[in-house]
Amino acid sequence: MAGRSRGLFLTTMFTFVHKKKIFSPLSAGILLLAGLCLIQAQTMAADSPSGAASAPQSDPPSDQEQIIKPELDRRDITVPHIDAEDFEIGAYAGVMSVEDFGTNMVTGIRLAYHVTETTFFEVAYGMTDTQETSYERLSGAAKLLTDDERKLTYYNLSIGYNLLPGETFIGRNHAFNSALYVIAGAGSTDFGGDKRFTTNFGAGYRFLATDWLAIHADVRDHVFKNDILGTDKTSHNIELNGGLTFFF
Amino acid sequence: MRIYGPLLLILQFLLMNVTEAETQYQEVTVIDPYIELHTGPGENYPIFFVVERDQTVQILKRKTTWFKVRTLNGKEGWVSRDQMEQTMTALGENLHIIDMTHNDFAHRRWEAGVVAGDFNGANSLGVYGGYAFDSSLSVETSLTQVLDDFSDSLLLSVNLVSQPYPLWRVSPFFTIGTGIINTNSRQTLVQSEDNTDQINHVGVGFRMHLTRRFLLRGEYRDYVAFTSRNDNKEFKEWRAGLAAFF
Repeated sequence: MAGRSRGLFLTTMFTFVHKKKIFSPLSAGILLLAGLCLIQAQTMAADSPSGAASAPQSDPPSDQEQIIKPELDRRDITVPHIDAEDFEIGAYAGVMSVEDFGTNMVTGIRLAYHVTETTFFEVAYGMTDTQETSYERLSGAAKLLTDDERKLTYYNLSIGYNLLPGETFIGRNHAFNSALYVIAGAGSTDFGGDKRFTTNFGAGYRFLATDWLAIHADVRDHVFKNDILGTDKTSHNIELNGGLTFFF
Repeated sequence: MRIYGPLLLILQFLLMNVTEAETQYQEVTVIDPYIELHTGPGENYPIFFVVERDQTVQILKRKTTWFKVRTLNGKEGWVSRDQMEQTMTALGENLHIIDMTHNDFAHRRWEAGVVAGDFNGANSLGVYGGYAFDSSLSVETSLTQVLDDFSDSLLLSVNLVSQPYPLWRVSPFFTIGTGIINTNSRQTLVQSEDNTDQINHVGVGFRMHLTRRFLLRGEYRDYVAFTSRNDNKEFKEWRAGLAAFF
């Protein structure tokens, strides 16, 4: 009680002195003296029975019976922050087969957030080039797409589930945590000058070399409707990739 | 061979940075009869060691609801959150693991998430962020991509959200907002037109606190787009999403 009111008083005094800009040593000294007197009076009032009676909100009666006051120094412990590693960021590279437009190298970045030990969310952005269709090559007709339109980029938001968590053993002395996961989601593919709603599903293998470094191998099917070759059709575009991610 | 020298040095430095920089770990004492150390952060990983009552462990890190600890003789393993709560800090208190509670949900300031849904028969995907002035009024901005067979649109909107019952677990809200929509018709169409219009909306929906700092959100919105043609266009959108709050 006394400690708190002392703190409060000193704070008030400090702000008062600051606000009024009367920070001369004399005035500060007077204020300090006045403050100390007030604190002393308060402590005495709180300790005496009459003081306790006049101020019912002060210390409970059990304190009055305490004759020996232990002079224990409370240990000053700063609790270190526990580092949480629930985010995973990384890059991947592989091959992607775009239906009718050949198979090419694909590169991308991914960010994942692990909600529980089994479930995670992932955002990915990838890009690949595509080739001419067989029709364009054989007929020698006008090209279907410009060079710019031939680039394919996609993004997706997916939810993953660690289906088979476990350990991978290498030699006699090394065990690494790993997981086989299934993943599915939705996103958009920008190809042929238009953006198309795309669903994706697949599976992957995550190998944790250390707690914070993982190696991934992924198979993913991107499904979207495509009308570049005239009629609307559903195209399946398989991607195989490998990547590195860091947990932070 | 010469290039490996610096590379090794860099690698060593990186490893040092990650493992050695934070040597100050929280120490806790076991108060249950024992706690179990798993080989990985999950219920399925085998238990390979137990730490008995009154022994001390250091908490190295956390992954989802699992804590990596190190015993005094150097054994490292993963302990579940439930067991971790049966330990005592150096202050003589139970280790209190602070996660977001329902009260934090009701008094959240920031909210960000992803939504997906049906925009007048087309698929919509979006991201949004919000700031709450108090527990019942917030402002949000969202970017939504609408993809259908004939066009793709990008919709940017700002809206006010009123949540009259913030303390309910499933809390309803009403929203009103404005924005712009940019529509690109398919290139394969004969009459291809691109345009940008102003679009206003009203909506109703709910938020539900899931766990930790996550919430589920479902919403219905009614849009009116003020086009340059003679008549206005109306759209309906159903959407659901997942968000984190801070």
